[in-house]
Amino acid sequence: MKQLFINAQVLLPGAQAPQSVNVATDGDRIAHVDEAPALRDQQTIDCNGALLAPGIIDLGVFAIDKPAFHYGGITRAALMPDQSPVLDLPAMIKHNASEGKPDLWSHPLAAATKGLNGSELAEIGLMKQAGARAVATGRNWIANSGIMLKLLHYCRSLDMPVIVHSEDSGLTAGAVATAGETATRLGLSSAPASAEALSIARDIALVRESGAHVHFRQVTTAKGLDLVRAAKAEGLTITCGITPAHLFLSDIAISDFRTFAKMSPPLRSEEDRQACLAAIKDGTIDVISSGHDPRGPEDKRLPFAEAESGMAGAETLLALSLNLVRDGLISLSRLFELLSATPAKILGVDAGQIAEGNEADLIVIDQDAPWQVDTRKMAASAGNTPFDKLPAQGRVRAIYKGGKAL
Amino acid sequence: MTSQQTGSPPATGQTAGHQFPAGSDAFPHRHLLGIAGLQPWEILFLLKEAEQWVDLNRQSSKHTNRLDGLTVINAFFENSTRTLLSFEIAGKRMGADVVNMHAAQSSVKKGETLIDTAVTLNAMRADAIVIRHASSGAVQLIADKVDCPVLNAGDGSHEHPTQALLDALTIQRRKGDISGLTVTICGDVMHSRVARSNIYCLTTLGAKVRVCAPTSLLPAALDRMNVEAFSDFDKALDGADVVMMLRLQNERMNGDFIPSPREFHHLYGLTRERLTLAKPDALIMHPGPMNRGVEISSDVADDLERSAITEQVEMGVAVRMACLDVLTRRSRAVEGWS
Repeated sequence: MKQLFINAQVLLPGAQAPQSVNVATDGDRIAHVDEAPALRDQQTIDCNGALLAPGIIDLGVFAIDKPAFHYGGITRAALMPDQSPVLDLPAMIKHNASEGKPDLWSHPLAAATKGLNGSELAEIGLMKQAGARAVATGRNWIANSGIMLKLLHYCRSLDMPVIVHSEDSGLTAGAVATAGETATRLGLSSAPASAEALSIARDIALVRESGAHVHFRQVTTAKGLDLVRAAKAEGLTITCGITPAHLFLSDIAISDFRTFAKMSPPLRSEEDRQACLAAIKDGTIDVISSGHDPRGPEDKRLPFAEAESGMAGAETLLALSLNLVRDGLISLSRLFELLSATPAKILGVDAGQIAEGNEADLIVIDQDAPWQVDTRKMAASAGNTPFDKLPAQGRVRAIYKGGKAL
Repeated sequence: MTSQQTGSPPATGQTAGHQFPAGSDAFPHRHLLGIAGLQPWEILFLLKEAEQWVDLNRQSSKHTNRLDGLTVINAFFENSTRTLLSFEIAGKRMGADVVNMHAAQSSVKKGETLIDTAVTLNAMRADAIVIRHASSGAVQLIADKVDCPVLNAGDGSHEHPTQALLDALTIQRRKGDISGLTVTICGDVMHSRVARSNIYCLTTLGAKVRVCAPTSLLPAALDRMNVEAFSDFDKALDGADVVMMLRLQNERMNGDFIPSPREFHHLYGLTRERLTLAKPDALIMHPGPMNRGVEISSDVADDLERSAITEQVEMGVAVRMACLDVLTRRSRAVEGWS
């Protein structure tokens, strides 16, 4: 099937502002992007002047939650290995890679160690053959530096990026919040924010040693971002990401023991939050992802220390990220590098940009459409969002995976 | 029902001429979950209300029928001897039917969630529920699910409000106005709900609060809570009006947070010699149970002149009677408490 998207403001790679061009698709691919009018065999899709952007590639989710992903304009999601059972065998990768197809592509991340135990390397090479495009340490840091270095050497030889969690587990053991006024007032056990910088510093040293590509999935502190910034300047193969929670909330959000604001890593101080925004602006942060982790009352309606971490973030990812454009921190085209192009590059998939030959993963966005986040009316399998009742702006009006309307 | 205010003696040492707002405005809260957020007059009101029960408790017949017919459930999810006993005695002296639920014999052990337990307690139509739980915030979680007043009898490292109130009452009766006093709180501040509630209570009432512990047992950002932090006990004691020692949990004494009990005693134990650094009439307090020879030496703890440790226990019953009375006034339709 051939289609032509007309009357669209199209986000093109390299262009600062959206362009008034037509996008032609042929089957599941983008055929060409130009001003050529519709041909007889093309079905035209009138975008009515709306924004046409590449589908979002969500790097690091904890559940495949199709309704939430489609609501949020997510066409591909990299699934964290922290599943039950853990994604540490080729069969598990194969199974999960086909789970959402054809209307959602899931890219299961290979567990770095068996059972994510942090001590024995998993069969990463076989998992690569089974379709894994990157390796991940899961929710945890690999505390043993010797194992970590072996992992990085091994992944370097397989040419696979390693997605890591950045908290020194010796400091964070038992902690449920960042040390600071809020944790002190609430009497919650806490770890200093420097647990992050400490772990990043070690992993940077090991990247220098091994030459592997490390992606720090969430960098949330000023000191951690400073280290990433310096390592990038040094030319190391390092990227880093963040989720909207750490961009728009500080640890004050856990006051009253709000478990919906319990995150891993925990929410930080306002100073650190400001540093994260600055790092979005100066380009230190490469990826914004949802960290989608839907959790029902059995995991969240518990005393704070006993509740699970994480939020259902898929459907608020785009609207919250658009705030960064509205606030003048970054351009719209930069935003879609963070949401789509860079995640595609890390995973090595030909998607994430509206360019000839790429997979036709497209979303039509009404940037201004107002709506309100409502924990009781979520598309996600659970409504655990700390952004309940927040007025949001920006909705996905249509979504195409491989050229097919969903 | 008669107004509860008439006939109660004025609190000793209270700021002269302090007026409380009328009726329920004196204490407009449904629950007592913590001291944080309470206004100074709300704290002083509870202390004033407690005075009448101190008097009653010293008589041979220690009974009032004020809470006749009411059911008070003491739901203790964490072991306690003295606080449970104190709440039980308080409820019984007020005439309420008091039921104790121990976690050991409850369905909690069978995997029931806290919320389900709360809903179950609520369905039994308790008129007040007193809760202790090992997790910070757990009491508030239950309070959100029940229709009756909830009293926090200690949640994790968060708050233990009736302890702070009984401490304030003890100080007030011994020292007069709390405002302007220097109170030194020493021990495991990081893990102590008693410390937090006392910091909120005493700073709200205008005291100068110092906390003292090795830095490994002090939480972050204490300066944001209007307290002065010390790691040198001698300096923290200098000129103190009140010295409040905290219990050091056994499991933290052997290499985890501090190297050994004897080292802790050497650096942070309250001894007769060290006490000379505080004011000559400084009051010695401890929430109990004490580790004699660790945070406090026996001769100091047993000093009849200076130690208020047993008086604290006595004030505890009176304060808890006052809290049960005040929090149930709405359901008892006391005049002015709508």
